[in-house]
Parts: sequence; C-alpha cells; structure tokens
Amino acid sequence: MQSNVGIRLRVKYTKLGKVRFVSHRDGARLWERALRRVDLPVAYTEGFTPRPKVGFGLALPTAAESLAEYVDLDLSRDASLDATDPGWDDWLRGLTGSLSAALPTGMDVVAIAERDASDGSLQESVTSTTWELTGWGTEPGLVDELDTSLQRVLAADEVFVERERKGQRRTDDVRPLISDLTLRGSDDGPAVVADLVTIGRALRPSELAELIRPGIDGTGIRVLRTHQWIDIDGERRDVIPDARHSNGTNHHDRPREHVVEERRRTARSYAGGQAQ
Amino acid sequence: MASHSGSIWADLEPILPRVAKPARYIGLEDGALDPEWAGPGQVQVSWLLTYPDTYEIGLPNQGLQILYEIINERSDAVAERSYAPWTDLDAELRAAGLPLFSVDTHRAASDFDVLAFNLSAELVYTNVLNLIDLAGAPVRQAERSDDDLLVVVGGHAAFNPEPLADFIDVAVLGEGEEVVGEMTAVIHAWKSERAGGADVHRADLLCRLAQVDGCYVPSMYEVTYHEPADGEPMGGIASVSPRYADVPATVDKRTVADLGEWPYPSQPLAPLTEVVHDRLSVEVFRGCTRGCRFCQAGMITRPVRERPAEQVRTMVAEGLKRTGYNEVSLTSLSTADFSDIEEVVRGVLTDQEQAQADAGNDGLAAGCGTTINLPSLRVDAFTVGLAGEVNSGRRSGLTFAPEAGTWRLRQVINKLIVEDDLYGAVESAFSQGWTRMKLYFLIGLPTETDDDVLGIAELARRCVEIGKQHTNRASVTVSVGGFVPKAHTPFQWFGQNTRAELQRKIDLLRDATRRMHGVNLKWHGPDASTAEGIASRGDRRIGAVIERVWRDGGIFQEWGEHFDLDRWEAAVEAEGLSMDWYLFRHRRVEEVLPWAHLTAGLHQDFLWDDWQAALAESGLEDCRWTPCYDCGVCTGYGIEHVVASPIAPAGGSQGTGQDLSQGHEVRVELRPLVKN
Repeated sequence: MQSNVGIRLRVKYTKLGKVRFVSHRDGARLWERALRRVDLPVAYTEGFTPRPKVGFGLALPTAAESLAEYVDLDLSRDASLDATDPGWDDWLRGLTGSLSAALPTGMDVVAIAERDASDGSLQESVTSTTWELTGWGTEPGLVDELDTSLQRVLAADEVFVERERKGQRRTDDVRPLISDLTLRGSDDGPAVVADLVTIGRALRPSELAELIRPGIDGTGIRVLRTHQWIDIDGERRDVIPDARHSNGTNHHDRPREHVVEERRRTARSYAGGQAQ
Repeated sequence: MASHSGSIWADLEPILPRVAKPARYIGLEDGALDPEWAGPGQVQVSWLLTYPDTYEIGLPNQGLQILYEIINERSDAVAERSYAPWTDLDAELRAAGLPLFSVDTHRAASDFDVLAFNLSAELVYTNVLNLIDLAGAPVRQAERSDDDLLVVVGGHAAFNPEPLADFIDVAVLGEGEEVVGEMTAVIHAWKSERAGGADVHRADLLCRLAQVDGCYVPSMYEVTYHEPADGEPMGGIASVSPRYADVPATVDKRTVADLGEWPYPSQPLAPLTEVVHDRLSVEVFRGCTRGCRFCQAGMITRPVRERPAEQVRTMVAEGLKRTGYNEVSLTSLSTADFSDIEEVVRGVLTDQEQAQADAGNDGLAAGCGTTINLPSLRVDAFTVGLAGEVNSGRRSGLTFAPEAGTWRLRQVINKLIVEDDLYGAVESAFSQGWTRMKLYFLIGLPTETDDDVLGIAELARRCVEIGKQHTNRASVTVSVGGFVPKAHTPFQWFGQNTRAELQRKIDLLRDATRRMHGVNLKWHGPDASTAEGIASRGDRRIGAVIERVWRDGGIFQEWGEHFDLDRWEAAVEAEGLSMDWYLFRHRRVEEVLPWAHLTAGLHQDFLWDDWQAALAESGLEDCRWTPCYDCGVCTGYGIEHVVASPIAPAGGSQGTGQDLSQGHEVRVELRPLVKN
C-alpha cells in the first residue's frame, strides 16, 4: 500500500514553568489540538479510527522541565508542500511561531528539521539524555558533600535501586545507566549535571537524586532535561544538530536543518502571577 | 475586602509534585483570560468563580465559563476560577497554612470580594462548606465581618438554597448573564462608599443585594416552624417573612429573553489535562417544554429560547478553530427538538469541510473530520437518523432515556414515549450499524409497581431481540438511578422511596435480567439517592446536618470512595431530625414548602394540578406545539417560547403521544389550563 506520508518533520520544543505539571499523555493531547489549530496537514493513520501520525519521544516525568523535547510529525502527501520551494524556509519559520502560539505558555517550538523516511523513531534513536538537577539546598558544605557523593556513585561498580514493578519489589543495578555526573553552580545553588543512558528501563531523575543524597525526598529536586542525544557512528549528537547554537546560522547553508532561535528560558517566569 | 497579596504560586509549586494530577491546578488553558487587576486606590469587584467539585468535572461547566467572560469584559470587575482541590492537595494546603487559590493567577481566595459557587447538585454541599473554610472565611454567614468574602451560590440546586441558608450570603435564582452585572454594580458602589470612609457595613450590602431581582439573601428572612402535630416527628414551616420592609416577600428567577444576545462563551476553555466533557460545547437552546414531571431542569429553565441557527453555526466554527477540538456538543435539554436541527447540523458539517479544504487538508479521510455530539437525545427514529448523519466514524453506542418501563408509568411522569417510538429508534439504530444501546431509567417513581420495574427488563429484552436481527453483538445496557424529588417540580410533594425499597427494586431487576442474554444492568447506589434527598427538599434545619457531615470529614460526597450514608444518617439523628419526615412522606397541598418564597415562575396551582394529573396517569403534551397550559412562565416574564419554527420537526410522535409524522403547524397561543 502506498504511504500517505509526504514530508517528515522533527520538532524540538521546551516544557518550562507551570506547564511542567502536565503529564506526557496530556502533552500528546495538547499536540493534537495544537496541530489542528494551526491547520497543519498531518497524515492520518488508516483504519476505523484514524489518528494523526505523530511520534513522541521518551516520556518526560511529570513535574520535570525540559529544554529539549521532541516530536515527529508526518505531513500528508496530499498537502501541497514542497521543501525545494524557495518559500519553504519562511513557511517553516512561520510554523515555528504559530505552533508556539497554539501550545500553552512554557511549551515553545525552538527548532524544526526535516527527517528521512529511514530515520528511526525517537524512541529507538535516542541513546542518552542530559539532566540538570537543582534545589539541593543552600547549607554550607553542601557542594563538597554533593561532590563526594557523585564521586562515590561514579567509583562504584554497582549501584542498586529498589523499585516496584507489577507489585513485585526488585533491586536493579542502575550503574550502567549513569554515564557521567558533574557538579556546577547555578542560580538555584549547586546543580548536578547527569548524563544518563536510555537503553532498557531508564533511571528516573528522582531516583538518581535519592541515590546521590540518600534519605531525601526526590520530588523536592527540580529536574531539567537539557539534551537528548542520538548515536551516529559512535559519536553522540543532538537529536536536531546545532539546534541550541543556531544564532547567526544561515539556514540556506543547512537545507535539512532549519533551526529557529530558541526562546530564552529566562523569558518565562516560573512564579509569574499572570496567566498568558 | 481584598488586600491584594498576589500569587501564592511560589508556595504552591513545591507541593504539586507530591499530589495526584497536578496539571489541574496550573491554569494556562486555551481561552483563559488575563484579568486586569486594579491598582491601589482603585475600586474593583473581584469574583472567584468556584466549582465545588474536581477540576475535571468543573472545567467544562458552561455557566462558569460564561460568567468568567462576562465579568472580565467589565471595566469595574475581574473574575478568576477555582475548583475543589482533591483530598491530597486539600490536606497539603491545610498543613502548609495555604488557602484556596485561583487557577488563573494563583491568588489566594481572600484576595477576592466574592466567592461564587455553581451548584449543579446537592451532594456537593459539604464541599461548599469545606471551600469557604479553606478560603479563610467563617463557614457560618452570621460570623462574617465586613472584610470577609461574600459567599454567593447559583445554578440549578440554588432553587432550594435553604439547607445552605446558614452558610451563604446570597443565592441567585436563574440565569446569571444579566444579574451578575447588577450585583457587581451594587458591590462596587458599596466598596466605593467604604473606601470613601462612609459608615456602611456588610448588612447594608446584603440588604441592597436583596433588592436586586433574582438575588435571595437568606439572612434577610425569618423562618418559623410549627410544633410537631400528634404522631409527627417534626413540625413544618409556619412562615417565611422578610425582616425588613424593602426586602421582597418572594424572589423570582432571572431569565435572559434572547439567547442570541449572549453568544458566550466566545473563548471556550480548552484544558491542558483530560476533563469529563473534553470537547467544544455550544448551547443551542435553554428551557424545555416536554414537561417531564421528575425533571427539575425542564421546569426551572422555561420558556424555550433557541439560539439563532446562524449564531450556532458561527459559534461552532469559531470555537473549533480557536480550541483545536474536532468534536462539538450541541447542548440543550433535548437537542433534537431544536428547530431545523438537520439544517444546522448540515451547516456545521459543511463549514468544517470548507475549513479543511481551505487549509489544504482535502485529502483527509472522512473519519478524521469533525464529530458532532447530540446529547439528551429524544427517543425516536428521526433522532437516530440525525445521529447517523453526524457520526460517520465510530458507531459503538447510543443512549436513550425512556425513564420508565411501562406506558402507564411514562404517562405518570409525562415522558410520553410510546413503545413504537422506542422500538423504531432501536430498529433504526441497529440497522444503521450501532451495536450497543444504553437505556436510562429511574426507579422509585410515583405510583410505581413491581410490574413497572419489571417492564424495564422487558423493554431491554425486546430491544436486544430487535438488535439480534441485525447483529449478533447486539447488547443493551440498562442504567438505573433512584428518583429524588426536586423543588419546583410537580413531584415536589412526593415521598421518595426508602433506601431499602430502592434496593428491593434493583434486586428485582437483577433477578429478571440475570438470564437475559445481551442485557447488562447497572445501577447507581440507593445510598447516594437517600443522602441527596436529605438536601434536595430540606429546610434550614438541614444546614446543621451538612455542617456535621463536613466536620466529620465527609467531603467529595459525589465520589463513591468518599461517600458514606451512615455519616448522613448519624448527622440527621444527632440533630434530632427525622429522615422519614424529610424524605419519605408525601407533602400535603397546604404545607409551606421550604422554597415557597422562591419561584421559577411556575404557578403553584399548575404544579399541584400537574401532580394530580400524574397520579391520575394523565399526560400533558408539549406546549411548544399544542395550546398553552398556563404554567405561568411565559405570561409571568412576558417571554414566549422563542422557536425558529412553529412546526414540530418531522418524525415519530415527538414524545407528545400525537401522530406528528407529517409535521404540522400548531399555533402557539396562551390559554388557561382547563381545570376539572
């Protein structure tokens, strides 16, 4: 059967501020409505209850924020769109703006790129993610204490986390899921930067927080996903390359990587009194 | 009243990761407004519009959305929204010393002047008390000072607000579009006087509000009771009288004459998380003249006022565009009765096809277009045809509400569906590809016998039989609820069935349907119907029961996991009141009903005559297409039924018991009911 899919897009967006409390599942519903609001000619699945062909990446835990969420959109073959058209770049830029406007405050589209039919799905392709964990506190000696903890975790051959799965308690070694842990300063006190492997059952940032400081309530740690990486010939690469460093990039030099300037995270107020 | 202390978001945010479904507390919906709060020194009236149940249930509420927009359009007022925090957040807020807050800007409830509740059902009353308390105001109205929140209730259940009389400042009867502005003006003037140093107090404000049409201020009325008669556990009401000369003796409901002048909500709210009605809603008419005697909504919202068809079309097109929904409900109490409903439906579908084509989406499969939802469907073949037209995709289930199992009992309740209507509808539905039917019934209706109850099973059996001729998968779900009599209906005098009697009837049905292949029986617990009955026709003395249940921890009583009838029965007992007296006894014609000083425009003698007609098993046809019975509403408000067409829509008996298959014109004229 001939595919009804024309152009394939990969979209990078943020999830910052109040909207971090929206679940992954609700986020999918928001995307469906946003796509209809901007009249994007998305391809639909065949069958009795057609669904838009939209592919979401790795779920972000509810309450975590992100600078790097991704969604794949398949456009309808019937839509009169042509990526070789001279107006294509403008169209993509316009789409970036209109999608951001159709999504809730805090969810902003920061980059859109075409992808090939042969590219794997986000779920298959993403091999690791980078996180920033803040909100550890401000007491003296905290930085040293955190640093010691990170070194302890990194030096260990095995690190066990107790989890519940289908009502069964089990202990998993999560050390293979931790690529790197570093410490740096931030507006919100010390920040733990964690590179985590996403193969198999992922390590949740809250679980990591409890590993670093046993006994704390992981829900009190503020979690920000800063990157998602794919593996190309052993090199880790941003899902949409150069997306975060696109200032001044000439889009015409990169026909397949149309990148739009990311809105500054600081433009969004976490404690903003006013809605929209 | 308000000292603007700003957002509590910074305190709330660290709590949210610990509670279930935190997205319901963040606001940010499509359609959420950005209320402009006045600066210091400026007088402004701020409303916190509150739905006393969860966000998922309250967000779609159209009344709340309409008032939210109308108030925010005013230059002298702002409105924000709040919903009952679920028990986990309620506990967290109380532990952290945080108050009820708005979801719009996360302001503390105490920053507002008015805490206004939408009351769509009685079981939320304990939540109302809980939210007043969480908002930081004294729960009892008499203990509130000049600076405390003004507590206002509206909505259908507010037509008997007496059980809440001790806790509320004002109950608004009827439609809120106009009165909310009049109230704002009164509150604004009072606040301005206070700001100017005038010696005016809460009592002055209440007295002025009591003079606004549609506003009932319980504290302005004195209620006295009779001593119990011999053999009676309690005494009834002796009198209800205004305490002051300028307070009206009777409060009449508000009615908007022309729905076309109120095209709201124009910016419908589309939430960030899943809610119960997760689609666009466009109200096509208000009022209903079918005259079902059990139905409070039908009685208190008369007369019929249709929205102009063109406006319906525009509101649907703009609402879908604005929200991104691909499903719309055309709401009313009986949508198939809307004049030229077929034309409206076709128009809406055409508009959507055009919109898709304009967007270059002409290649879309038919099934991913727009779905039109027609709730409250009439039971006949015409309706099924209509449903088929709007629902080209999934055809899994269709819902009808015959309400009673026999024609005799349907005449008693005035749900004039003949068996041919029902079987015609069912035949039509199964033949068009539907496989499941859901039938709604009430049990515990006046004059009901076991034969009537078993008639439900027989109807269901026949429906499955018809379905089996078309598909082996044919099934019918019978959903049964216990009837609770409501104020301002002909059944307001009826003593409801006891919990045990309702359970006996459910058991009877369960036995009868057990071996019926393809018939599934579901029922709502008779316990909840019993508790609902306490509040639905209660007087002011029931307030103490509600407070006791709340203080005992009984909130979210509409939720099975939090509901416990024992708590209610214990509270009634502890207050020295009688369940038998409030719930299970028939009222006499001379009895002063607790809501006798409040009116929905229906003449008391019309209601009584209709109650007597019910007992005589005599139906009353729809007055849209038959002569007037002088119920009092049209004449009282000077508004006739606003219908686009005086011709009854084609098909079936239209539930009137008449043969209207050709569709014929019936002149609408006002004429008094001929009394026996």
